[in-house]
Amino acid sequence: MFGVPGGRQALAQTAPVTAPASAGSQADRIAALEKQNADNVAAIAAAQTAGDNGWMLVSAALVLMMSGPGLALFYGGLVRKKNILGTMMQTFAMMAVITVLWALVSYSLAFGEGNAFIGGLHNVFLRGVGLAPDIKYAATIPLQTFMVYQLMFAIITPALITGAFAERMKFSAMLIFMVLWALFVYSPMAHMVWGKGGLLNASLGGRFPCLDFAGGTVVHVTSGVSALVTALYLGKRLGYPKVPMPPHSVVLSFIGACLLWVGWFGFNAGSALAAGTLATSAFVATHFGAAAAAIGWSAAEWLRQGKVSALGAISGAVAGLVGITPAAGFVSPMSALWLGLIVGVFCYFMVVKVKATFGYDDSLDAFGVHGAGGTLGAILTGVFANSAINPIFGAGNATGLLEGNAHQLLNQLTGVAIAWTISIIGTLIILFLVDKTIGLRVDEESERIGLDLSQHGEEGYDWAH
Amino acid sequence: MQKIEAIIQPSKLDAVKDALVEIGIEGITILEARGHGRQKGHTEFYRGREYSVDLLPKVKIEIVTRDEMVEKTIQAIMTAARTGTIGDGKIFVSKIDEAIRIRNDERGEIAL
Repeated sequence: MFGVPGGRQALAQTAPVTAPASAGSQADRIAALEKQNADNVAAIAAAQTAGDNGWMLVSAALVLMMSGPGLALFYGGLVRKKNILGTMMQTFAMMAVITVLWALVSYSLAFGEGNAFIGGLHNVFLRGVGLAPDIKYAATIPLQTFMVYQLMFAIITPALITGAFAERMKFSAMLIFMVLWALFVYSPMAHMVWGKGGLLNASLGGRFPCLDFAGGTVVHVTSGVSALVTALYLGKRLGYPKVPMPPHSVVLSFIGACLLWVGWFGFNAGSALAAGTLATSAFVATHFGAAAAAIGWSAAEWLRQGKVSALGAISGAVAGLVGITPAAGFVSPMSALWLGLIVGVFCYFMVVKVKATFGYDDSLDAFGVHGAGGTLGAILTGVFANSAINPIFGAGNATGLLEGNAHQLLNQLTGVAIAWTISIIGTLIILFLVDKTIGLRVDEESERIGLDLSQHGEEGYDWAH
Repeated sequence: MQKIEAIIQPSKLDAVKDALVEIGIEGITILEARGHGRQKGHTEFYRGREYSVDLLPKVKIEIVTRDEMVEKTIQAIMTAARTGTIGDGKIFVSKIDEAIRIRNDERGEIAL
Protein backbone atom coordinates (compact mmCIF):
# COMPACT_ATOMS: atom_id res chain seq x y z
CA MET A 1 0.00 0.00 0.00
CA PHE A 2 1.44 3.28 -1.01
CA GLY A 3 0.46 6.84 -0.44
CA VAL A 4 -1.73 5.92 2.52
CA PRO A 5 -2.45 9.14 4.35
CA GLY A 6 -2.01 9.30 8.10
CA GLY A 7 0.21 6.25 8.41
CA ARG A 8 1.36 7.22 11.88
CA GLN A 9 -2.20 7.76 13.13
CA ALA A 10 -3.15 4.34 11.88
CA LEU A 11 -0.30 2.92 13.92
CA ALA A 12 -1.48 4.65 17.08
CA GLN A 13 -5.04 3.48 16.60
CA THR A 14 -4.10 -0.13 16.23
CA ALA A 15 -1.71 -0.21 19.15
CA PRO A 16 -3.93 -1.00 22.16
CA VAL A 17 -5.23 -4.51 22.04
CA THR A 18 -8.27 -5.67 23.85
CA ALA A 19 -8.83 -9.34 24.28
CA PRO A 20 -11.84 -10.69 22.39
CA ALA A 21 -15.01 -10.70 24.47
CA SER A 22 -15.37 -14.42 24.37
CA ALA A 23 -11.72 -14.88 25.35
CA GLY A 24 -12.44 -18.51 25.51
CA SER A 25 -10.26 -20.71 23.38
CA GLN A 26 -6.54 -20.35 22.96
CA ALA A 27 -7.00 -20.54 19.20
CA ASP A 28 -9.11 -17.37 19.29
CA ARG A 29 -6.47 -15.52 21.28
CA ILE A 30 -3.73 -16.60 18.89
CA ALA A 31 -5.82 -15.52 15.92
CA ALA A 32 -6.42 -12.14 17.54
CA LEU A 33 -2.73 -11.66 18.26
CA GLU A 34 -1.78 -12.63 14.73
CA LYS A 35 -4.29 -10.20 13.34
CA GLN A 36 -2.94 -7.46 15.56
CA ASN A 37 0.59 -8.29 14.48
CA ALA A 38 -0.36 -8.11 10.84
CA ASP A 39 -2.10 -4.78 11.43
CA ASN A 40 1.00 -3.40 13.13
CA VAL A 41 3.28 -4.52 10.32
CA ALA A 42 0.99 -2.89 7.77
CA ALA A 43 0.79 0.30 9.82
CA ILE A 44 4.56 0.48 10.24
CA ALA A 45 5.02 -0.06 6.51
CA ALA A 46 2.52 2.70 5.78
CA ALA A 47 4.29 5.06 8.17
CA GLN A 48 7.63 4.19 6.61
CA THR A 49 6.21 4.86 3.17
CA ALA A 50 4.73 8.19 4.17
CA GLY A 51 7.99 9.26 5.83
CA ASP A 52 10.11 8.22 2.87
CA ASN A 53 7.83 9.89 0.39
CA GLY A 54 7.73 13.09 2.41
CA TRP A 55 11.51 13.26 2.57
CA MET A 56 11.88 12.53 -1.13
CA LEU A 57 9.41 15.22 -2.16
CA VAL A 58 11.24 17.72 0.04
CA SER A 59 14.56 16.53 -1.42
CA ALA A 60 13.29 17.01 -4.96
CA ALA A 61 12.26 20.56 -4.08
CA LEU A 62 15.66 21.18 -2.45
CA VAL A 63 17.45 20.08 -5.60
CA LEU A 64 15.30 22.41 -7.70
CA MET A 65 16.23 25.19 -5.28
CA MET A 66 19.85 24.51 -6.20
CA SER A 67 19.07 25.39 -9.80
CA GLY A 68 16.61 28.24 -9.50
CA PRO A 69 17.99 30.59 -6.90
CA GLY A 70 21.18 28.65 -6.14
CA LEU A 71 23.03 28.20 -9.40
CA ALA A 72 21.37 31.15 -11.14
CA LEU A 73 22.56 33.54 -8.42
CA PHE A 74 25.97 31.88 -8.11
CA TYR A 75 26.65 32.17 -11.83
CA GLY A 76 24.73 35.44 -12.21
CA GLY A 77 26.98 37.24 -9.75
CA LEU A 78 30.13 35.95 -11.43
CA VAL A 79 29.44 37.48 -14.84
CA ARG A 80 29.58 41.15 -15.82
CA LYS A 81 26.39 43.05 -15.15
CA LYS A 82 25.36 43.25 -18.80
CA ASN A 83 25.04 39.45 -18.80
CA ILE A 84 23.27 38.65 -15.56
CA LEU A 85 19.82 37.97 -17.02
CA GLY A 86 21.23 36.03 -19.95
CA THR A 87 23.15 33.85 -17.51
CA MET A 88 20.25 33.34 -15.13
CA MET A 89 17.89 32.58 -18.01
CA GLN A 90 20.14 29.77 -19.19
CA THR A 91 19.53 27.97 -15.91
CA PHE A 92 15.85 28.88 -15.74
CA ALA A 93 15.29 27.68 -19.29
CA MET A 94 16.60 24.26 -18.23
CA MET A 95 13.92 24.13 -15.53
CA ALA A 96 11.24 24.43 -18.19
CA VAL A 97 12.72 22.71 -21.23
CA ILE A 98 14.37 19.71 -19.60
CA THR A 99 11.23 19.07 -17.56
CA VAL A 100 9.09 18.70 -20.67
CA LEU A 101 11.76 16.68 -22.44
CA TRP A 102 12.03 14.40 -19.39
CA ALA A 103 8.30 13.77 -19.38
CA LEU A 104 8.20 13.06 -23.09
CA VAL A 105 11.24 10.87 -23.62
CA SER A 106 14.41 11.32 -21.59
CA TYR A 107 13.14 9.69 -18.38
CA SER A 108 12.50 6.58 -20.43
CA LEU A 109 15.96 6.74 -21.99
CA ALA A 110 17.57 7.08 -18.57
CA PHE A 111 15.52 4.78 -16.33
CA GLY A 112 13.45 2.62 -18.64
CA GLU A 113 14.34 -0.97 -19.43
CA GLY A 114 16.93 -1.15 -22.17
CA ASN A 115 20.41 -2.43 -22.74
CA ALA A 116 23.59 -1.78 -20.77
CA PHE A 117 24.07 1.65 -22.32
CA ILE A 118 20.68 3.26 -22.67
CA GLY A 119 17.09 2.73 -21.59
CA GLY A 120 14.33 1.99 -24.03
CA LEU A 121 11.17 3.74 -25.14
CA HIS A 122 8.72 1.77 -22.98
CA ASN A 123 8.18 4.73 -20.64
CA VAL A 124 7.90 7.55 -23.15
CA PHE A 125 5.21 10.08 -22.20
CA LEU A 126 5.63 8.59 -18.72
CA ARG A 127 3.67 5.48 -19.65
CA GLY A 128 3.74 3.11 -16.70
CA VAL A 129 5.16 5.73 -14.36
CA GLY A 130 2.41 5.84 -11.77
CA LEU A 131 1.98 6.01 -8.04
CA ALA A 132 2.97 2.44 -7.30
CA PRO A 133 6.63 1.96 -6.45
CA ASP A 134 9.18 0.30 -8.67
CA ILE A 135 10.80 -2.14 -6.24
CA LYS A 136 14.12 -2.08 -8.10
CA TYR A 137 14.55 1.67 -7.79
CA ALA A 138 12.91 2.48 -4.45
CA ALA A 139 10.51 0.15 -2.68
CA THR A 140 8.78 2.65 -0.43
CA ILE A 141 8.07 5.67 -2.63
CA PRO A 142 5.77 6.14 -5.62
CA LEU A 143 7.60 5.76 -8.92
CA GLN A 144 6.46 9.28 -9.81
CA THR A 145 8.32 10.63 -6.78
CA PHE A 146 11.44 8.83 -7.99
CA MET A 147 10.86 10.17 -11.50
CA VAL A 148 10.46 13.80 -10.43
CA TYR A 149 13.43 13.56 -8.05
CA GLN A 150 15.65 12.31 -10.85
CA LEU A 151 14.29 15.06 -13.08
CA MET A 152 15.83 17.68 -10.80
CA PHE A 153 19.26 16.14 -11.45
CA ALA A 154 18.58 16.19 -15.18
CA ILE A 155 17.85 19.93 -14.89
CA ILE A 156 20.85 21.06 -12.91
CA THR A 157 23.41 19.01 -14.85
CA PRO A 158 23.13 20.89 -18.16
CA ALA A 159 22.67 24.13 -16.22
CA LEU A 160 26.13 23.59 -14.71
CA ILE A 161 27.66 23.55 -18.20
CA THR A 162 26.43 27.08 -18.89
CA GLY A 163 29.17 28.40 -16.61
CA ALA A 164 31.82 27.51 -19.18
CA PHE A 165 30.32 29.37 -22.12
CA ALA A 166 28.83 32.27 -20.15
CA GLU A 167 28.67 35.67 -21.84
CA ARG A 168 28.99 34.50 -25.46
CA MET A 169 26.48 31.83 -26.57
CA LYS A 170 23.25 32.44 -28.45
CA PHE A 171 20.13 31.65 -26.43
CA SER A 172 18.62 29.69 -29.33
CA ALA A 173 21.78 27.66 -29.86
CA MET A 174 22.00 27.01 -26.13
CA LEU A 175 18.47 25.55 -26.08
CA ILE A 176 19.08 23.16 -28.98
CA PHE A 177 22.49 22.18 -27.63
CA MET A 178 21.00 21.36 -24.25
CA VAL A 179 18.10 19.30 -25.60
CA LEU A 180 20.47 17.17 -27.66
CA TRP A 181 22.93 16.95 -24.77
CA ALA A 182 20.23 15.78 -22.36
CA LEU A 183 19.18 13.07 -24.81
CA PHE A 184 22.55 11.82 -25.97
CA VAL A 185 24.94 12.47 -23.10
CA TYR A 186 22.98 12.73 -19.85
CA SER A 187 20.40 10.02 -20.40
CA PRO A 188 22.86 7.27 -21.41
CA MET A 189 25.20 8.17 -18.57
CA ALA A 190 22.38 8.16 -16.01
CA HIS A 191 21.20 4.83 -17.39
CA MET A 192 24.63 3.25 -17.20
CA VAL A 193 25.17 4.26 -13.58
CA TRP A 194 21.66 4.19 -12.11
CA GLY A 195 19.34 2.51 -14.62
CA LYS A 196 18.19 -1.11 -14.61
CA GLY A 197 20.81 -3.25 -16.29
CA GLY A 198 23.18 -0.30 -16.66
CA LEU A 199 26.80 -1.13 -17.41
CA LEU A 200 28.13 0.66 -14.32
CA ASN A 201 25.21 0.06 -11.95
CA ALA A 202 26.56 -1.11 -8.61
CA SER A 203 23.28 -2.16 -7.00
CA LEU A 204 21.44 -3.62 -9.99
CA GLY A 205 24.19 -5.88 -11.25
CA GLY A 206 26.16 -3.83 -13.73
CA ARG A 207 29.28 -5.28 -15.32
CA PHE A 208 31.57 -2.65 -13.79
CA PRO A 209 30.00 -1.69 -10.48
CA CYS A 210 30.91 1.98 -10.16
CA LEU A 211 30.03 3.71 -6.92
CA ASP A 212 28.25 6.98 -7.62
CA PHE A 213 25.90 7.79 -4.78
CA ALA A 214 24.47 11.08 -5.97
CA GLY A 215 26.00 11.83 -9.32
CA GLY A 216 29.76 12.36 -9.26
CA THR A 217 30.15 10.85 -12.71
CA VAL A 218 26.59 11.29 -13.95
CA VAL A 219 26.25 14.94 -12.98
CA HIS A 220 29.60 16.54 -12.32
CA VAL A 221 32.03 14.74 -14.60
CA THR A 222 29.68 14.85 -17.58
CA SER A 223 28.79 18.51 -17.08
CA GLY A 224 32.33 19.59 -16.21
CA VAL A 225 34.01 17.82 -19.10
CA SER A 226 31.34 18.93 -21.57
CA ALA A 227 31.85 22.44 -20.22
CA LEU A 228 35.55 22.31 -21.04
CA VAL A 229 34.85 20.99 -24.53
CA THR A 230 32.32 23.76 -25.14
CA ALA A 231 34.63 26.48 -23.85
CA LEU A 232 37.41 25.26 -26.14
CA TYR A 233 35.11 24.92 -29.14
CA LEU A 234 33.52 28.35 -28.71
CA GLY A 235 36.76 30.16 -28.03
CA LYS A 236 37.47 32.92 -25.57
CA ARG A 237 35.26 35.88 -24.82
CA LEU A 238 36.13 39.10 -26.66
CA GLY A 239 39.10 40.65 -24.96
CA TYR A 240 39.89 37.68 -22.71
CA PRO A 241 42.29 37.65 -20.89
CA LYS A 242 43.40 41.26 -21.46
CA VAL A 243 40.14 43.04 -20.63
CA PRO A 244 39.31 42.74 -16.92
CA MET A 245 36.20 40.64 -16.35
CA PRO A 246 35.75 40.50 -12.59
CA PRO A 247 32.47 39.24 -11.10
CA HIS A 248 29.95 42.06 -10.94
CA SER A 249 28.47 40.95 -7.62
CA VAL A 250 30.20 38.56 -5.28
CA VAL A 251 27.23 39.17 -2.96
CA LEU A 252 24.83 37.43 -5.35
CA SER A 253 27.30 34.60 -5.84
CA PHE A 254 27.63 34.27 -2.08
CA ILE A 255 23.88 33.90 -1.58
CA GLY A 256 23.72 31.47 -4.50
CA ALA A 257 26.51 29.31 -3.12
CA CYS A 258 24.88 29.15 0.31
CA LEU A 259 21.62 28.04 -1.32
CA LEU A 260 23.58 25.41 -3.21
CA TRP A 261 25.03 24.12 0.06
CA VAL A 262 21.56 23.82 1.63
CA GLY A 263 20.01 22.32 -1.50
CA TRP A 264 22.80 19.77 -1.68
CA PHE A 265 21.31 17.96 1.32
CA GLY A 266 18.41 17.06 -0.95
CA PHE A 267 20.84 16.15 -3.69
CA ASN A 268 23.00 13.81 -1.61
CA ALA A 269 20.94 12.73 1.39
CA GLY A 270 17.91 12.42 -0.89
CA SER A 271 19.87 9.96 -2.99
CA ALA A 272 19.32 7.42 -0.22
CA LEU A 273 15.78 7.36 -1.70
CA ALA A 274 14.39 6.87 1.81
CA ALA A 275 14.37 8.74 5.09
CA GLY A 276 16.54 6.19 6.85
CA THR A 277 19.98 5.92 8.38
CA LEU A 278 21.70 6.03 5.00
CA ALA A 279 20.18 9.46 4.40
CA THR A 280 21.59 10.62 7.73
CA SER A 281 25.01 9.28 6.86
CA ALA A 282 24.97 11.01 3.46
CA PHE A 283 23.72 14.23 5.05
CA VAL A 284 26.59 14.28 7.53
CA ALA A 285 29.21 13.39 4.92
CA THR A 286 27.91 16.12 2.61
CA HIS A 287 28.12 18.79 5.25
CA PHE A 288 31.56 17.71 6.42
CA GLY A 289 32.92 17.50 2.88
CA ALA A 290 31.76 21.03 2.05
CA ALA A 291 33.16 22.53 5.23
CA ALA A 292 36.56 20.87 4.86
CA ALA A 293 36.84 21.90 1.23
CA ALA A 294 36.00 25.52 2.05
CA ILE A 295 38.90 25.41 4.48
CA GLY A 296 41.17 23.65 1.96
CA TRP A 297 40.61 26.22 -0.80
CA SER A 298 40.84 29.13 1.63
CA ALA A 299 44.07 27.85 3.15
CA ALA A 300 45.65 27.50 -0.28
CA GLU A 301 44.56 31.01 -1.11
CA TRP A 302 45.82 32.37 2.19
CA LEU A 303 49.24 30.84 1.64
CA ARG A 304 49.57 32.05 -1.94
CA GLN A 305 47.88 35.43 -1.84
CA GLY A 306 47.92 36.38 1.79
CA LYS A 307 44.15 36.75 2.08
CA VAL A 308 41.06 34.58 2.30
CA SER A 309 38.49 35.85 -0.18
CA ALA A 310 34.75 35.32 0.09
CA LEU A 311 34.66 34.05 -3.48
CA GLY A 312 37.42 31.59 -2.64
CA ALA A 313 35.64 30.29 0.45
CA ILE A 314 32.35 29.68 -1.36
CA SER A 315 34.10 28.21 -4.40
CA GLY A 316 35.85 25.79 -2.08
CA ALA A 317 32.57 24.78 -0.46
CA VAL A 318 30.98 24.10 -3.85
CA ALA A 319 34.04 22.09 -4.89
CA GLY A 320 33.72 20.03 -1.70
CA LEU A 321 30.03 19.41 -2.34
CA VAL A 322 30.91 18.23 -5.83
CA GLY A 323 33.67 15.97 -4.53
CA ILE A 324 31.59 14.36 -1.81
CA THR A 325 28.63 13.74 -4.12
CA PRO A 326 29.68 10.30 -5.42
CA ALA A 327 30.94 9.28 -1.98
CA ALA A 328 28.18 10.65 0.24
CA GLY A 329 26.45 7.36 0.96
CA PHE A 330 29.61 5.29 1.28
CA VAL A 331 31.99 7.11 3.58
CA SER A 332 32.40 7.82 7.27
CA PRO A 333 32.32 11.39 8.61
CA MET A 334 36.10 11.43 9.03
CA SER A 335 36.69 10.21 5.49
CA ALA A 336 34.34 12.97 4.31
CA LEU A 337 36.54 15.55 6.02
CA TRP A 338 39.66 14.20 4.32
CA LEU A 339 37.96 13.92 0.95
CA GLY A 340 36.67 17.50 1.18
CA LEU A 341 40.04 18.89 2.17
CA ILE A 342 41.81 17.18 -0.73
CA VAL A 343 39.21 18.23 -3.29
CA GLY A 344 39.18 21.82 -2.03
CA VAL A 345 42.92 22.24 -2.50
CA PHE A 346 42.87 20.38 -5.82
CA CYS A 347 40.11 22.53 -7.33
CA TYR A 348 41.86 25.71 -6.20
CA PHE A 349 44.92 24.49 -8.05
CA MET A 350 42.87 23.64 -11.17
CA VAL A 351 41.08 26.99 -11.27
CA VAL A 352 44.00 29.22 -10.40
CA LYS A 353 47.03 27.46 -11.86
CA VAL A 354 45.95 25.01 -14.53
CA LYS A 355 43.47 27.34 -16.23
CA ALA A 356 46.04 30.12 -16.34
CA THR A 357 48.70 27.76 -17.71
CA PHE A 358 46.58 26.47 -20.58
CA GLY A 359 44.75 29.74 -21.16
CA TYR A 360 41.26 28.36 -21.91
CA ASP A 361 38.30 30.58 -21.09
CA ASP A 362 36.13 28.44 -18.82
CA SER A 363 34.32 31.62 -17.80
CA LEU A 364 32.91 30.58 -14.44
CA ASP A 365 35.09 27.50 -13.86
CA ALA A 366 32.52 24.83 -14.59
CA PHE A 367 35.34 22.47 -15.49
CA GLY A 368 37.72 23.57 -12.76
CA VAL A 369 35.11 22.91 -10.07
CA HIS A 370 32.72 20.29 -11.44
CA GLY A 371 34.86 18.40 -13.94
CA ALA A 372 37.95 18.32 -11.79
CA GLY A 373 36.17 17.96 -8.43
CA GLY A 374 33.80 15.31 -9.80
CA THR A 375 36.62 13.25 -11.27
CA LEU A 376 38.72 13.35 -8.12
CA GLY A 377 35.66 12.71 -5.96
CA ALA A 378 34.72 9.66 -8.01
CA ILE A 379 38.23 8.24 -7.68
CA LEU A 380 38.45 9.00 -3.95
CA THR A 381 35.08 7.28 -3.48
CA GLY A 382 36.85 4.09 -4.49
CA VAL A 383 39.46 4.79 -1.84
CA PHE A 384 37.28 5.78 1.12
CA ALA A 385 34.12 3.70 0.54
CA ASN A 386 33.40 1.68 3.66
CA SER A 387 31.21 -1.40 3.97
CA ALA A 388 30.30 -0.42 7.53
CA ILE A 389 28.53 2.64 6.15
CA ASN A 390 26.96 0.98 3.16
CA PRO A 391 27.40 -2.76 2.56
CA ILE A 392 26.53 -2.43 -1.10
CA PHE A 393 28.54 -5.49 -2.09
CA GLY A 394 27.01 -7.60 0.69
CA ALA A 395 27.75 -7.62 4.41
CA GLY A 396 31.38 -8.33 5.17
CA ASN A 397 32.62 -7.68 1.63
CA ALA A 398 35.21 -4.93 1.36
CA THR A 399 34.06 -1.89 -0.56
CA GLY A 400 36.89 0.60 -1.05
CA LEU A 401 40.67 0.57 -1.33
CA LEU A 402 41.26 1.37 2.34
CA GLU A 403 39.30 -1.73 3.22
CA GLY A 404 41.42 -3.77 0.86
CA ASN A 405 39.29 -3.77 -2.28
CA ALA A 406 41.78 -2.35 -4.75
CA HIS A 407 39.63 -3.53 -7.61
CA GLN A 408 37.06 -0.88 -6.78
CA LEU A 409 39.50 1.81 -7.81
CA LEU A 410 39.55 0.23 -11.24
CA ASN A 411 35.75 0.27 -11.38
CA GLN A 412 35.73 3.93 -10.43
CA LEU A 413 38.29 4.73 -13.10
CA THR A 414 36.18 2.84 -15.63
CA GLY A 415 33.17 4.95 -14.71
CA VAL A 416 35.20 8.14 -14.96
CA ALA A 417 36.74 7.11 -18.29
CA ILE A 418 33.33 6.35 -19.77
CA ALA A 419 31.92 9.64 -18.50
CA TRP A 420 34.85 11.58 -20.00
CA THR A 421 34.59 9.73 -23.31
CA ILE A 422 30.85 10.11 -23.79
CA SER A 423 31.04 13.77 -22.74
CA ILE A 424 33.86 14.65 -25.11
CA ILE A 425 32.54 12.79 -28.14
CA GLY A 426 28.85 13.57 -27.58
CA THR A 427 29.44 17.25 -26.88
CA LEU A 428 31.74 17.70 -29.86
CA ILE A 429 29.22 16.17 -32.26
CA ILE A 430 26.37 18.26 -30.87
CA LEU A 431 28.42 21.46 -30.96
CA PHE A 432 29.43 20.77 -34.54
CA LEU A 433 25.82 20.18 -35.61
CA VAL A 434 24.46 23.30 -33.93
CA ASP A 435 27.38 25.41 -35.15
CA LYS A 436 26.89 24.36 -38.77
CA THR A 437 23.13 24.94 -38.70
CA ILE A 438 22.21 27.99 -36.64
CA GLY A 439 25.60 29.00 -35.25
CA LEU A 440 26.69 28.85 -31.61
CA ARG A 441 28.06 32.21 -30.77
CA VAL A 442 26.52 35.66 -30.71
CA ASP A 443 28.03 38.22 -33.09
CA GLU A 444 30.64 40.65 -31.82
CA GLU A 445 28.26 43.56 -31.39
CA SER A 446 25.84 41.43 -29.34
CA GLU A 447 28.66 40.19 -27.17
CA ARG A 448 29.84 43.73 -26.60
CA ILE A 449 26.44 45.04 -25.49
CA GLY A 450 25.80 41.89 -23.46
CA LEU A 451 23.40 38.97 -23.57
CA ASP A 452 20.70 40.73 -21.55
CA LEU A 453 19.97 43.26 -24.27
CA SER A 454 21.01 41.27 -27.33
CA GLN A 455 19.28 38.00 -26.45
CA HIS A 456 16.38 39.04 -24.25
CA GLY A 457 15.76 42.73 -24.89
CA GLU A 458 15.94 43.72 -21.25
CA GLU A 459 18.46 44.74 -18.62
CA GLY A 460 19.07 43.36 -15.18
CA TYR A 461 19.84 46.70 -13.64
CA ASP A 462 18.18 49.95 -14.57
CA TRP A 463 20.18 52.58 -12.73
CA ALA A 464 18.07 55.48 -13.92
CA HIS A 465 14.90 54.53 -12.04
CA MET B 1 29.97 83.89 -6.24
CA GLN B 2 32.30 80.97 -6.39
CA LYS B 3 31.98 77.23 -6.83
CA ILE B 4 33.79 74.86 -4.52
CA GLU B 5 34.18 71.32 -5.76
CA ALA B 6 35.55 68.88 -3.27
CA ILE B 7 36.44 65.28 -4.02
CA ILE B 8 36.55 63.33 -0.79
CA GLN B 9 36.58 59.82 0.64
CA PRO B 10 33.01 58.42 0.74
CA SER B 11 33.41 57.60 4.42
CA LYS B 12 33.94 61.29 5.21
CA LEU B 13 30.72 62.50 3.62
CA ASP B 14 28.66 62.72 6.79
CA ALA B 15 31.37 64.57 8.69
CA VAL B 16 31.76 67.08 5.86
CA LYS B 17 28.00 67.62 5.57
CA ASP B 18 27.76 68.31 9.30
CA ALA B 19 30.66 70.76 9.14
CA LEU B 20 29.06 72.62 6.25
CA VAL B 21 25.72 72.93 8.02
CA GLU B 22 27.57 74.24 11.06
CA ILE B 23 29.08 77.18 9.17
CA GLY B 24 25.76 78.00 7.49
CA ILE B 25 26.07 76.51 4.01
CA GLU B 26 22.56 75.85 2.73
CA GLY B 27 22.79 74.26 -0.69
CA ILE B 28 25.02 71.34 -1.57
CA THR B 29 25.05 68.77 -4.35
CA ILE B 30 26.59 65.34 -3.91
CA LEU B 31 27.76 63.12 -6.76
CA GLU B 32 29.01 59.58 -6.56
CA ALA B 33 32.28 59.58 -8.44
CA ARG B 34 35.15 57.32 -9.41
CA GLY B 35 38.70 58.35 -10.01
CA HIS B 36 42.26 58.43 -8.82
CA GLY B 37 44.99 60.88 -8.08
CA ARG B 38 48.70 60.30 -8.14
CA GLN B 39 48.66 57.12 -6.08
CA LYS B 40 46.51 55.12 -8.55
CA GLY B 41 44.40 52.27 -7.21
CA HIS B 42 44.76 48.87 -5.62
CA THR B 43 44.75 45.21 -6.58
CA GLU B 44 41.88 42.74 -6.23
CA PHE B 45 41.93 38.96 -6.60
CA TYR B 46 39.08 36.84 -7.93
CA ARG B 47 39.80 33.12 -8.02
CA GLY B 48 43.50 33.85 -8.22
CA ARG B 49 43.19 36.34 -11.09
CA GLU B 50 44.63 39.73 -10.38
CA TYR B 51 42.66 42.84 -11.29
CA SER B 52 44.10 46.31 -10.79
CA VAL B 53 41.38 48.71 -9.79
CA ASP B 54 42.53 52.26 -10.56
CA LEU B 55 39.16 54.01 -10.46
CA LEU B 56 38.34 54.20 -6.79
CA PRO B 57 34.98 55.22 -5.38
CA LYS B 58 34.88 58.87 -4.33
CA VAL B 59 32.25 61.44 -3.45
CA LYS B 60 32.20 64.81 -5.14
CA ILE B 61 30.59 67.75 -3.35
CA GLU B 62 29.58 70.89 -5.20
CA ILE B 63 28.78 74.11 -3.40
CA VAL B 64 28.17 77.54 -4.88
CA THR B 65 28.45 80.29 -2.31
CA ARG B 66 29.15 84.00 -1.67
CA ASP B 67 32.76 85.13 -1.99
CA GLU B 68 33.15 85.85 1.73
CA MET B 69 32.08 82.27 2.62
CA VAL B 70 34.66 80.56 0.40
CA GLU B 71 37.59 80.41 2.78
CA LYS B 72 35.39 79.29 5.68
CA THR B 73 33.91 76.53 3.53
CA ILE B 74 37.32 75.32 2.41
CA GLN B 75 38.53 75.19 6.00
CA ALA B 76 35.42 73.27 7.09
CA ILE B 77 35.89 70.67 4.39
CA MET B 78 39.63 70.39 5.04
CA THR B 79 39.11 69.75 8.72
CA ALA B 80 36.27 67.28 8.32
CA ALA B 81 37.58 65.30 5.35
CA ARG B 82 41.19 64.84 6.36
CA THR B 83 42.38 61.41 7.45
CA GLY B 84 46.02 62.19 6.74
CA THR B 85 46.42 59.17 4.47
CA ILE B 86 46.81 59.02 0.72
CA GLY B 87 43.59 59.50 -1.27
CA ASP B 88 41.95 62.13 0.93
CA GLY B 89 40.96 64.10 -2.16
CA LYS B 90 41.16 67.63 -3.53
CA ILE B 91 39.28 70.91 -3.54
CA PHE B 92 38.83 73.12 -6.60
CA VAL B 93 37.52 76.68 -6.55
CA SER B 94 36.22 78.58 -9.56
CA LYS B 95 34.28 81.73 -10.38
CA ILE B 96 30.56 81.60 -11.10
CA ASP B 97 29.02 84.20 -13.45
CA GLU B 98 25.37 83.78 -12.69
CA ALA B 99 22.92 81.86 -10.53
CA ILE B 100 19.22 81.66 -11.29
CA ARG B 101 16.43 80.20 -9.19
CA ILE B 102 14.13 78.32 -11.52
CA ARG B 103 11.03 78.79 -9.36
CA ASN B 104 10.86 82.60 -9.38
CA ASP B 105 13.48 84.09 -11.73
CA GLU B 106 15.68 85.38 -8.86
CA ARG B 107 19.23 86.03 -10.01
CA GLY B 108 22.62 86.46 -8.40
CA GLU B 109 23.51 85.79 -4.76
CA ILE B 110 19.89 85.96 -3.67
CA ALA B 111 19.23 82.85 -5.74
CA LEU B 112 21.78 80.76 -3.84
